[in-house]
Amino acid sequence: MIVLYRIDDRLIHGQVVVGWGQRLGIGFIVLVNDEVRASDWEQEICRMGVPPSIELVFATVAEAAARLPEWEGDGRRGIVLTGDVDTMVSLARAMPGRRCVNLGGIHAREGRTERLRYVFLTPEEATKLRALAAEGVEVTAQDVPTAKPVPIAELV
Amino acid sequence: MSEKLSGVIVAHTELAEALLAAVRAIAGDETGLVAVSNRGSDLKALMKRIDEAVGGRPALIFADMPGGSCAHTAAALARGRPELRVVTGVNLAMLLDFVFHRELPLEAAAERMVQTGRVSVGIVAR
Repeated sequence: MIVLYRIDDRLIHGQVVVGWGQRLGIGFIVLVNDEVRASDWEQEICRMGVPPSIELVFATVAEAAARLPEWEGDGRRGIVLTGDVDTMVSLARAMPGRRCVNLGGIHAREGRTERLRYVFLTPEEATKLRALAAEGVEVTAQDVPTAKPVPIAELV
Repeated sequence: MSEKLSGVIVAHTELAEALLAAVRAIAGDETGLVAVSNRGSDLKALMKRIDEAVGGRPALIFADMPGGSCAHTAAALARGRPELRVVTGVNLAMLLDFVFHRELPLEAAAERMVQTGRVSVGIVAR
């Protein structure tokens, strides 16, 4: 089953693999990113950080949407990771059952304003996340498992 | 006489600056090293930061943890850039050795750093 849907623009990195992966006892991670899915060398770099005990799957948005039920039915615990808000918003519509989205790292970029130390959003991104929450998805910001989750309503 | 190698330490939060401060305290101010933090950056912003620190010169990039955002970004930057090498698992022994071997060819320096770094890890009392 998927135990974490996370938006993190650092993609596969320490917080995800070690911070969440260790604590949640993760068996697989799905990186939903069209660019990385199309690039062998980017996939190789991502693999560098993942121990052999964790399966790493690369998917396009379309592939991920189609395979979500399969991953939710997997006996292992998994993380679905996207690098941006838009990708997660597209996926959220295909999420079966209990729906939660974790804002793990969306960093400073032109047009974005700071909402938390690790969450910066453009007005459009903020609107999309608010809309997601209005559809019943629980959207919270939390960089590491030991931090307190901050509901989206407090950020936008 | 070819140009001496530059070194760029790329690490989480304050680690790179702290390592550089320790190197300076031991070896003096002419280190050939600069520090880059991943603080507050996505992969693209971090790559720009590292690229600016490299400044187009032949350089060894010292990243902290294989698979972390620092190593990930450094490896992506170094792709197709023959004047760059990325070494992970940066430690103080490695950096001090670098300061005194910056005249080495890039590949030899990278291999030497890996050796020095590895040799410095061990149990010294039990």
